[in-house]
This record gives sequence, C-alpha cells and structure tokens, in this order.
Amino acid sequence: MKMLRGLLIPALALLLSGCDAVLLSPSGDIARQQRDLIIISVVLMLIIIVPVIAMTLIFAWKYRASNEAARAEYSPDWNHSTVLELLIWAAPLLIIIALGAVTWTSTHKLDPYRPLEQVSQGRALAPGTKPLVVEVVALDWKWLFLYPEQGIATVNEMAAPVDRPIEFHITASTVMNAFFVPSLAGMIYAMPGMETKLHAIMNKTGDFEGISANYSGAGFSDMRFRFHSLSDADFDAWVAKAKASADQLGREDYLKLEQPSEKEPVHYYGTVTPGLYNAILNRCVESNRMCMNDMAALDARGGQGVVGAYNVTSLDAATRARVGLADARQRYVGALCVGNGTAGQPMTPAGRPL
Amino acid sequence: MNMPDLAKLIFGRLTLEAIPYHEPILVGTFIMVAIGGIALLALITRAKLWGYLWSEWFTSIDHKKIGIMYMVFGIVMLLRGFADALMMRAQQAVAFNGNPGFLPPHHYDQIFTAHGVIMIFFVAMPLVTGLMNYVVPLQIGARDVAFPFLNNFSFWMTVAGGLLVMASLFVGEFARTGWLAYPPLSGLAQSPDVGVDYYIWSLQVAGVGTTLSGINLIATIVKMRAPGMSMMKMPIFTWTSLCTNVLIVAAFPVLTAVLVLLSLDRYAGTNFFTNDFGGNAMMYVNLIWIWGHPEVYILVLPVFGVFSEVVSTFSRKRLFGYASMVYATVVITVLSYLVWLHHFFTMGSGASVNSFFGITTMIISIPTGAKIFNWLFTMYRGRIHFEVPMLWTVGFMITFVIGGMTGVMLAVPPADFLLHNSLFLIAHFHNVIIGGVIFGLFAGINYWFPKAFGYKLDPFWGKCSFWFWLVGFYLAFMPLYVLGFMGVTRRMNHFEDPSLAIWFRIAAFGAVLIALGIGSFLVQLWVSYKRRDELRDVTGDPWHGRTLEWSTSSPPPEYNFAFTPIIHESDAWWDMKERNAGRRTDGYLPIHMPKNTSAGIIIAGFAFVLGFAMIWHMFLIAGIAFVALLVTAIGHTFNYKRDYHIPADVVARTEAARTEELAAHV
Repeated sequence: MKMLRGLLIPALALLLSGCDAVLLSPSGDIARQQRDLIIISVVLMLIIIVPVIAMTLIFAWKYRASNEAARAEYSPDWNHSTVLELLIWAAPLLIIIALGAVTWTSTHKLDPYRPLEQVSQGRALAPGTKPLVVEVVALDWKWLFLYPEQGIATVNEMAAPVDRPIEFHITASTVMNAFFVPSLAGMIYAMPGMETKLHAIMNKTGDFEGISANYSGAGFSDMRFRFHSLSDADFDAWVAKAKASADQLGREDYLKLEQPSEKEPVHYYGTVTPGLYNAILNRCVESNRMCMNDMAALDARGGQGVVGAYNVTSLDAATRARVGLADARQRYVGALCVGNGTAGQPMTPAGRPL
Repeated sequence: MNMPDLAKLIFGRLTLEAIPYHEPILVGTFIMVAIGGIALLALITRAKLWGYLWSEWFTSIDHKKIGIMYMVFGIVMLLRGFADALMMRAQQAVAFNGNPGFLPPHHYDQIFTAHGVIMIFFVAMPLVTGLMNYVVPLQIGARDVAFPFLNNFSFWMTVAGGLLVMASLFVGEFARTGWLAYPPLSGLAQSPDVGVDYYIWSLQVAGVGTTLSGINLIATIVKMRAPGMSMMKMPIFTWTSLCTNVLIVAAFPVLTAVLVLLSLDRYAGTNFFTNDFGGNAMMYVNLIWIWGHPEVYILVLPVFGVFSEVVSTFSRKRLFGYASMVYATVVITVLSYLVWLHHFFTMGSGASVNSFFGITTMIISIPTGAKIFNWLFTMYRGRIHFEVPMLWTVGFMITFVIGGMTGVMLAVPPADFLLHNSLFLIAHFHNVIIGGVIFGLFAGINYWFPKAFGYKLDPFWGKCSFWFWLVGFYLAFMPLYVLGFMGVTRRMNHFEDPSLAIWFRIAAFGAVLIALGIGSFLVQLWVSYKRRDELRDVTGDPWHGRTLEWSTSSPPPEYNFAFTPIIHESDAWWDMKERNAGRRTDGYLPIHMPKNTSAGIIIAGFAFVLGFAMIWHMFLIAGIAFVALLVTAIGHTFNYKRDYHIPADVVARTEAARTEELAAHV
C-alpha cells in the first residue's frame, strides 16, 4: 500500500500540476489522514476498475462482427458459467470487505467528535494538552468566532497556534452552512439550534482559506474567512490585538451583527458577554425568549402544566417581527418570565420546584 | 367589498410586479418562446391538426402513444434544463477577479435549482417512464397497460407539473434553494416569495402522475404477461422496470408527505421544520433523502435493462447470467432504501451510524459490479455489431465504472468530509446520471425508434450525437473532479482565485460540445424523418431482436398482437425464430380495447390551475379548481362507454396488409 501510495501521489500531482489541489496537499493532520483514505480507496478500486475498462475495450474490439478471426469462437447460446458467476460476485465482494474494514476503523478514528490523539503522524500529543476551544457561528453571510478562554470574538478571521489541537463548537443563526477549512480538516455542517463539533489540528504556519461549503442564500459565494495558523508567540500577539479592540459583543450587538450582510470586513471584539454562544445555540439571545434547553428541560419534566403556564407569556411585538410572526394571528408560547433580568433561568414559583 | 379586497380575493398575491420585465435575459427568452410558440400554434392551426392531435394523441389511452408523448415532453424539457446548464457554465467561466459575471445571485440561484429539478423530474423521469410505457406491454405480449385511463392521466399530471415550473420563468420566480429545498432556507422566514411554492406544487402535481404510473406498470407486469411467461422468463428490461416501479410506489409517497409538511409550515403556520417552536430541519433532510436515494435507482435501473437488451441483441448472443442479473436488480432495489444517510455524513451523525451507511452504500457496488461483468461476458465470444445503440452501451460501460469508483470514494465517511458538496460530488453524480441514465436513454431511443415509427434513425447523425456527448461529457466533468480536489464547492456564483478559471473554461467548452450532441440528435430526428423511405423497416425486426416487441409490425397495430403469444423461453422471439414458428394468418377474433377519453387532460388541467392558484394564494380560484377536479374525476366514474371491440374483419385486413408487406420484402 505504501509503495502504491508513493506511486500514486506523484502521478496525481503530475495530473494536477499547475493548480493548487489543496485536498491532496493538506497542512493539518486530520485532512492528511482523510486524503490518505481517498488514495487508499482509489487504489483498492482500481484493482477492479482497470481490468473492467481494459476488458470492455478488448472484447469490443476482438468480438466485433467484422473480425473474421473471431468467428470460430462465436457461441450464441453460451450464457452461464458457475465459475465465472462466482468470480464476478466474489471479486467485488472481496474489495468491499477490505474497504468496509477500512471504513469502519477510519470512520471511528476520524470521527470529528473524537478528541485528537496525535499532533501529526508519529508525534504523540503531550499528556494533559488542552485543546483551544473555538465557538463558530455561521451568520448570514459571515462567520463569527468566539474564543471563550481568551474572551474575544472575531468576524471572518480566525487564528490558532500551530500544532495545538483545536476543538470547534459549531452552530448557526438562521440557515444551514458548512464550516470548511480544506487545509485543516473535512467539513461539518453549521445548523441553527444544533451544535456540531470538530477536533482538528494545523501542522504548518500560514494563512489558509476557510469557506462555507453549503449553499445558504444570496451572499453565500462571499462567505469566506481567513484561517491564520501561528506560532505560540504570534498567536498571543493576535489575541492581544483583538483584546485591544474597544468593541464589545453584547446581546444587542449580536442581534445587529446577525442581520444579513455580504462581504463583511474582518472585525475584532475585545470583550464578549458571557454565555452568548449558549444563548445563540439555544436561540434565546433576546432576553425575553425561552431558551431551547430550558424548554427541553420543561418538556422532560412532563411539559408545561401549571408551572409552565406561570412561566410562559407571549412574545413582544419586536420579537414577533424578528421571528417572522408580525402578521400571524396565533399566539405562540415563546417567552419566559425572568425574575433577575437574565434569560435562561426559569423563575420558580414559590413552593413548586421546577 | 372594495376594489383592493376584490383584487386580492381573485389574484391573491399576484401583481404586475411579478412579471420579470426588468430582467433582459428573461424578456429575451420570453420573446423567443412566444415567437416559437405562436409559430407552432399557427402551423398546427394551418395544417388543421388540432382535431387530430386531440382525438388521436391528447385523449389517447394507447400506451404506445402515451409513451411517445412522454418522450417528446422529456426532450422538450431537456432543452430547457440544458439551457440552464449552459448559463451556469458560462457564468462560472467568467466570474473571476471581481467580475460578477452576467448572472446576479438572485437569478443564478434560481437557475441551478431549476436545472436540478427539471433534469431529474421533468427530463429523466418522463424519458424513463416513456420508454417503460412504450416497451413493457409489448415485451410481455399485452395489448395495453392494466389501467389505460390512469396512464393518460399520469402523463398529463406530469406535464401539468412541468408547466408550473415553466410558468415560474415568466410569472414570479423559482426557488433559490437548491434542488432539494432544505429548510430552514426553504421555510417561510427565509424564502417568503413564491419560488418555493412553485417548487412544492410542481413536484406535488407531477408526483401524483409518477406514483399512479408506478402502480399501473406494476399491475401490468404482474397480471398481464402472456401465457407461459413466468417471472424468470421475463425480458430483463421488464424486470428492471418492475423493480423501478416498486421503488416509485414505495418512495414517492415519502416525497409527497415531506412536501406536505413543508407546505403546512409555509401555508398553515405549523412548525415541522422551522428553527423555533420545536421544529427540526434534520427531519426534512432525512425524509427527503429516504425518497431521494431510491430515486437515483428509479432512474438507473430501467437503463440497466436497456443496456442488457442492447448488449445481447447486438452481440447476437443470449444475455450472460440472466438469473444473476435479476438477483442483482432485486438486491439493488432493497439496498437502495438502506443508504440514504450517506448524503449527509457531514451533519454530525455518530461514527457508527456513518460507518453503517457508508458500508451499505459500498455493498450496492457488488451487484452493480456483477451487472457490468455480465454485460462484458455477453460481449465475450459474440459477434458485436456497432450500431448506434451499441456505441452508447460501450461508452456507458467505460464511463459508468469511473462514476462508480468516485461514488464509492464518497461513501467512505472521512473522505466524504473533504469531498461533500464539492465539485467532485457534482462531477460524480453527473458521471453516473449522464454516463448511465442519459447514455442509456439514447441507446434505448435509437434501439426502439424503428419499432415506434417503422424506420431506423439515421446512423451518421446518431454517431455524431454519441461522439459529441461522450467527448463533451469528459471535457465538461473531468475538470470538475480536479476542481473538487482544489477545494471548490458547488453553487458558487463567483470566485476569487483566478487560477481556477482555466478548468471552468474547459468545462464550459465541454458543455458546448454536449450542446452539439443534443443538436445532432435533433438533426438526426429530422434527417431520419426526411429519409424515412430509405431507412424503412418492414420486417418489424430490424436488429434481429430477441424479445416479443420485435415479433409484431413496426409501428405495432393499436392492439399490439393479433393473437396473444405463448411463451416457452426467456428470449421468446428469438426462440420462435429458431423454431420457425410461423405467423398465424387466419381465425381472427374481435379484439376488446379501451376507448379514448378526455378526462385525464381535463383533470390535469384543473390540477395545474389548482397548483398555480395555491402558489399565488388565490384561494377562491384554488377552491373552485379543486371542486372542479373532484367533480370531473367522479363524473368520469359514471362514464360506462369505456371500451369497444375492433371487429375481426378489421384485424384481418390489418394483418393481411402486413402479410403482403412481409412477402414483398422477402
């Protein structure tokens, strides 16, 4: 396999010379392993594809009606051969058993939810290494990155120290996008009200491109960001630069940022309201909306009932307009009375534990 | 009631603003369509063809005529779908370095959505259904399908759906969501305009036709085979048609249901797929692919049948491994329901779920591989005649295995994380749909055309068409594989990196070659019509065929077979020829046949009005159309004059004419 891979990579490289085939020359360990899988599966399948193509051409040529030399071989009623039948079912079966085994192991090993075990091939991760946590929100049509450890946020630009595992938590504001830095790792969808995760690591410093890989509406084509892979010192400097920004990302600021816009320039926020990412994920950035996880908790306790009725009120006009209910006649249950001014904490009626 | 209220009651949200007179491309298209349409209507009127078309074609319940009408509809829609493809290729060939191209996202996004919807639902589906409709009853020795009226109704429902898509060009707009219209993007909050409603109603109306046509063909194949034709003696095309229609009947209701849920979200304020109030878009994604993956096999299984017929006919040899071919088809049918999640490995399922669906996907390549080998060994030790259908078949075998290989690459979940939504994926499914379905349809059209019209298609233009398509396909889609490796994803309106341009330009050139391929096909039809006397086939069996459809005259009489054939062998006609079974020329009996009816086209017409009215919220008109539809359908059940007998002497005259023709030919 190694030898075949050695042969195939230069061949493919030759084929793609003159262009920058980023998937074949990745800079992160996860993308590299995924690239290797592409090559392994191609090689395994070529074992059967090449003979088939060759046989098609040879048979088509040899048994053409105008070839008198093959007339003697003509056998119009020959239509069965147990040996051949066994062979034509067994050959693909064997390939698929091999590929299936590779699939099972690699899918588990490269599960995006699984924490990393190595920095790169042959370099184990130092015990106790904590990954850098980055919370990613796909907005219409720009990317918001929140760094909970550093307390900063950025738009359309992110950075990470080279050779340090990154743990992405990914969600979206309105529609589906896919978070994709081709040099780093395969894509994963960003979906509203849901969280996906990705563990990845970058092994080279440099400036890489990130995109949305799932069509999300008019501004989709410009929904790009830069991914800076930096040395530790440079990363610290980058964080300091962001921290120096006087802009704050509070709930109101987020609601403004969330409005659709295209080709948004890079932007830094020096401070971020705590709990913002969770509020985005649970769709309760407005202070008068019930968070999805609270609703789920209510439901898990058997629904709203008396307690729920107490907790629930109708949405105010501004929020109704924002969620597209301005004209609707129905009254939706969608807000929560909050006692202490922060959303996400259901108030408990006296004597009725929630 | 004041005027605005009245206008709203009648026109809903349809206003003059909905006519896109400010879009020069659309105005140009409209002018061309209008001129062409008026010219066509004028020609028909001048030739006094309306009565003929109405009584002989539009209201016909003859499966052969309905089959031909399906093919004509599919080819017309191919021109529309391909025009969309050319515009996309042109846009992506120029939109670099800050050049926005000529299509702004608002228009471009409709084009790629319409391209996908039209090519799948209104090109591939009608062409496949048309072939099955024409060929299956002839192959099993039947005089028509099981439910002839339903067949006519199904066809017109498909056309009504297609007309709704076409209407969106000039009245309002089409969806800007991609061909599967995932919510939340297709929900009311993100797509408040009529685009998604056009999408929903065109598919719902056409879906009724598709489902009914599936039921019809299953009943036909199960109940109406000629005596002696056991299941394992059915022609392989009939087998693949049976499996396809089983898939249709099992899968299309899921599409209908999921679109109903989406409509409820959009019309009735429910929250099945919304972001808020407990909706879950993942449910839509699962449901639409539970229909969507079998749909792929619905398209490809019948053409596998076409290739099987073509390979064995033109190799002058029995099909190798008939039984394993049948089992392979059935296995594919079952497995096609167990793979849907491979369309969204990247949406965060766990590793075990992803592995399961990845491996089931790969398993499908085993029966498919067996099929390819069976065709190969059918060619082995044969005498291969490279007529046009056989060229398409060899082109298919080479092209399709490449598509199969890239498909299995996408089935490995971690590899799919890199390739999902990329142009590699686009190249893959065009590789199997063009290299498989389209090549197969052209093989089938060239193969059965002489049966339908009594003369062969011109081989020179057929070969031109084949080579333009083949070379055009490779030039158009191999660059997309490369671009996929460069990390370029689908549905992009413009690009930043100028080094990509060269690949897009090669692809655009390939698309132009494919356009020449389509043009050559149209020329082929015209030239063949002009040269029909030279290309005439009076034997009814121009290719030395093996199955029953070649035993009757070309074109077949409306009753198909004067006597129901008795079957002893799997290649029934070949067997009859081997045994010198003569053609019986006396003792004719009156033949019981179904009668034409206009109910199908009228009900479908009301369905079109209903769909259009629902799209524009003209609820009054929608209500009227719905009631009219029901009344017509119920009224039709009281029509007892549904059948008639062709008298024995008419049959005798028709058959005597054929006897004379055959004698003159020999």
